[in-house]
Amino acid sequence: MALIDLANPTRFLALTARILPWTATATAIAFAIGLYLVWSAPDDYQQGATVKIMFIHVPNAWLAMAVWAVMSIASIGTLVWRHPLADVAAKAAAPLGAAFTFLALLTGSLWGRPMWGTYWVWDARLTSVLVLFLMYLGVMALWRTVDDPSRAGRAAAILTLVGAINLPIIKFSVDWWNTLHQPASVFRPGGPTIDPSILTPLLVMALAFLLLFATLHLAAMRNEILRRRVRTMWLMQAHAAS
Amino acid sequence: MNLGPHAAFIIAAYAVALAVVISLIAWVLADHAAQRRLLADLEARGVSRRSDKAEAA
Repeated sequence: MALIDLANPTRFLALTARILPWTATATAIAFAIGLYLVWSAPDDYQQGATVKIMFIHVPNAWLAMAVWAVMSIASIGTLVWRHPLADVAAKAAAPLGAAFTFLALLTGSLWGRPMWGTYWVWDARLTSVLVLFLMYLGVMALWRTVDDPSRAGRAAAILTLVGAINLPIIKFSVDWWNTLHQPASVFRPGGPTIDPSILTPLLVMALAFLLLFATLHLAAMRNEILRRRVRTMWLMQAHAAS
Repeated sequence: MNLGPHAAFIIAAYAVALAVVISLIAWVLADHAAQRRLLADLEARGVSRRSDKAEAA
């Protein structure tokens, strides 16, 4: 099957039906291995056992930004190439990105209270991630506001691309401003500063959450294609009745 | 396993993550079932898309 064939929603549905059991199984295996490594990992010499929160906080924080990046690429597909699946992909990703961002904020808050002495500070990293969460809600609200999916798709694509400006702000906020949040310790020049005994479970958990996103995104795209079929058939029925 | 003096924060973080992941999976499955039900209902009433008719021909 050529890549261009995926532009056909019917072929995409057939492909999704074949892929989903495999991605779901891979997700379950990755989580099983990841959680085993998490509970076998040593405590941090300064933070003690609270470092275990990092294994869910950091993957969700990475995904919060990665999902918006996926939506931005899909938005270019909508606006430039008018790819039939591009706005389906963007719309299906938004609630997932919102959930991952919510988890990053909440687990960060639960980690911050014992480590920083507070659930929340208005520093650049935390505030820019909160803005990302609000942008997810804004895009989801926009999709619900406009009835016609293609018009809603173009409007949401513009909003998504404007919102992508926030991604480098989130990434470099800890370098550009004096923040309570620590600087990058994995993706940084010079390599990770985390000991392999903690880095390995972190990367396995990140892979597990990435597979979870891939599985849920494919399933949500399939649902969106079916929703559009239902809408088309309702319109045909209404047209035939009038 | 001893989670130390901040065990409640660790357990709460994992519990919330589990709840959100289960909710996402439930939402996707329920949405799929709902769309399939609506499609089956429309097809039972004889409504079909033009592309379906073309494929059947």
